[in-house]
Amino acid sequence: MAVVIDSLKPKHITNALTKKSSYIWSEVRRNRVSYLFLAPFFVIFFTFTVIPVVLSMGLSFTSFNMLETPRWVGWQNYIRLLLADDVFVRAIQNTFLFAAITGPIGYLMALMFAWFINELPPKIRAVMVLVFYAPSISGNVFMIWTVMFSGDAHGYINSVLMRLGITTEPILWLQDPLYMLWVIMVVVLWMSLGTGFLAFVAGLQSVDKTLYEAGLIDGVRNRWQELWFITLPSMKPMLMFGAVMSITASFAVSDVTIALAGMPSTDYAAHTVVNHLIDFGSIRFEMGYASAIATLLFLTMIGTNKLVQNLLRKVGR
Amino acid sequence: MKLRFIRRRRANRSVGGDICNIIILALFGAFMALPMVFAIGNAFRPLDEFFIFPPRFFVINPTLDNFNDLFILMAQSWVPFSRYIFNTVFITLVGTVGHVIIASMAAFVLEKHKFPGRELLFGMVILTLMFSAAVTAIPNFLTMSTLGWIDTHLALIIPAFAAPIGLFLMKQFMVTIPDSLLESARIDGASEFKIFWNIAMPAVKPGWLTLVIFSFQGLWGATGGTFIFSEELKTLPFALNQILLGGIARAGVGAAVMLMMMLVPITMFIATQSNILQTMATSGIKE
Repeated sequence: MAVVIDSLKPKHITNALTKKSSYIWSEVRRNRVSYLFLAPFFVIFFTFTVIPVVLSMGLSFTSFNMLETPRWVGWQNYIRLLLADDVFVRAIQNTFLFAAITGPIGYLMALMFAWFINELPPKIRAVMVLVFYAPSISGNVFMIWTVMFSGDAHGYINSVLMRLGITTEPILWLQDPLYMLWVIMVVVLWMSLGTGFLAFVAGLQSVDKTLYEAGLIDGVRNRWQELWFITLPSMKPMLMFGAVMSITASFAVSDVTIALAGMPSTDYAAHTVVNHLIDFGSIRFEMGYASAIATLLFLTMIGTNKLVQNLLRKVGR
Repeated sequence: MKLRFIRRRRANRSVGGDICNIIILALFGAFMALPMVFAIGNAFRPLDEFFIFPPRFFVINPTLDNFNDLFILMAQSWVPFSRYIFNTVFITLVGTVGHVIIASMAAFVLEKHKFPGRELLFGMVILTLMFSAAVTAIPNFLTMSTLGWIDTHLALIIPAFAAPIGLFLMKQFMVTIPDSLLESARIDGASEFKIFWNIAMPAVKPGWLTLVIFSFQGLWGATGGTFIFSEELKTLPFALNQILLGGIARAGVGAAVMLMMMLVPITMFIATQSNILQTMATSGIKE
């Protein structure tokens, strides 16, 4: 009977299909130990990272308040977000300003300092790595900046400026919309030498030393040429990794703005997209709307990362 | 004399450039270090010195009063303070051990086994590095409440098991294990788990020490956020932040708290720096 049915179908298609699926199936069976090893990680990874992204995209087309079932609203959240929400427009401006300034500067700082530190003898190098890396791992020590930029005459910066006669009255660093964003940028930059910086330090140490000798013979004249033609091309993978780290971090600034300027900050002058997300997600419980913010943020981060990776491919050419 | 000085120099390095290098490093090093030094100093600053005018950077009469006050405050807390410490140590310990084992297992097969789907899975992990956790916060809250994990430590521990950065770093570091080593163990008839546990893991010690540090840093600072609201389940950073929120009256105690919170991760980093750098040397993303 089976033979009869089989003969009714075009033979080559059936063959190819069964061959392919049985091949994959036998491959999976043969590698079942591999999948067993992967299972614990990827089950959790899918539950708390992959599915949430998809779910968030889905929810962004609904109106959802955690109590009633989500109601489909189409593009309405996005339309409201981009056309009717002045605070969100403000948040986007701030976030892009943050990303455009702290992202590249933080990245270049990490690279330059790693390179400078690499010139030092090993003992001093270890100390300097600690000095530059420590702010990014010491939790909420950045709160110390609130004392420095305190808005009264007791604030250290104000006190110095007044004693030097540059200002006559204290400046409200963290309350005045004029200064707030810039003060926060300084603090963010202070904390920006993290994992990417360590990758650079390590990458610089693992560059093949014989390349430098070869470069010397080929006419490399100074340390800058050496950096551009030899060092950077041979640590390109680390440059990629560092870029990913600093782009992701620079779009996600929020803890620091909340701790320093409050939430909401005066005139929303330091309001970022993640702050806006927190506002709608965990204060107002407009989950659909918050999901739309999250989705836009997700797309922006991925897009920027891809763009910068394309740029970095050109290093050393 | 001058000749020897010149010969000692590396190729392509001018004296002027080296001096500039040191000056720039010293300047920015000061910018990085001063707030830290200031934070450390504040912990030993007597309360009256917080309010003198004009404010002074260095402490005049260092004292341990702030730590005394902190311990008195801890003793008065509604939930015994040791409970907060236990919670944070528990979360950090379980989360870190689980993360290292689970991420290493996955990294091991992703790097050393050939099977359908490995490029796809690793590609997804790399893609995950490109967005921050804020994006997944809302669905995660829904998932946690469906699973009934709200207000339990599971909500903090389980997601930490599968932090993508750990898998990524470990997979890149596993490249350094020679395949012949694993192959010879396979010929001797060792099970795959035995090969992973007894051969691969000892060979990548710097790798998992790095994972330990990164995971530790993440979990040590975890406040519990929106997931935990029972007082007896809250974490040390949460309790200490409450003290910091005490404002001006608690300025001294707050400084002592800051010092204690930053001391632990920094000490751990100092102890493992060379291992971490060894791991980071393999951390690159290939095109």
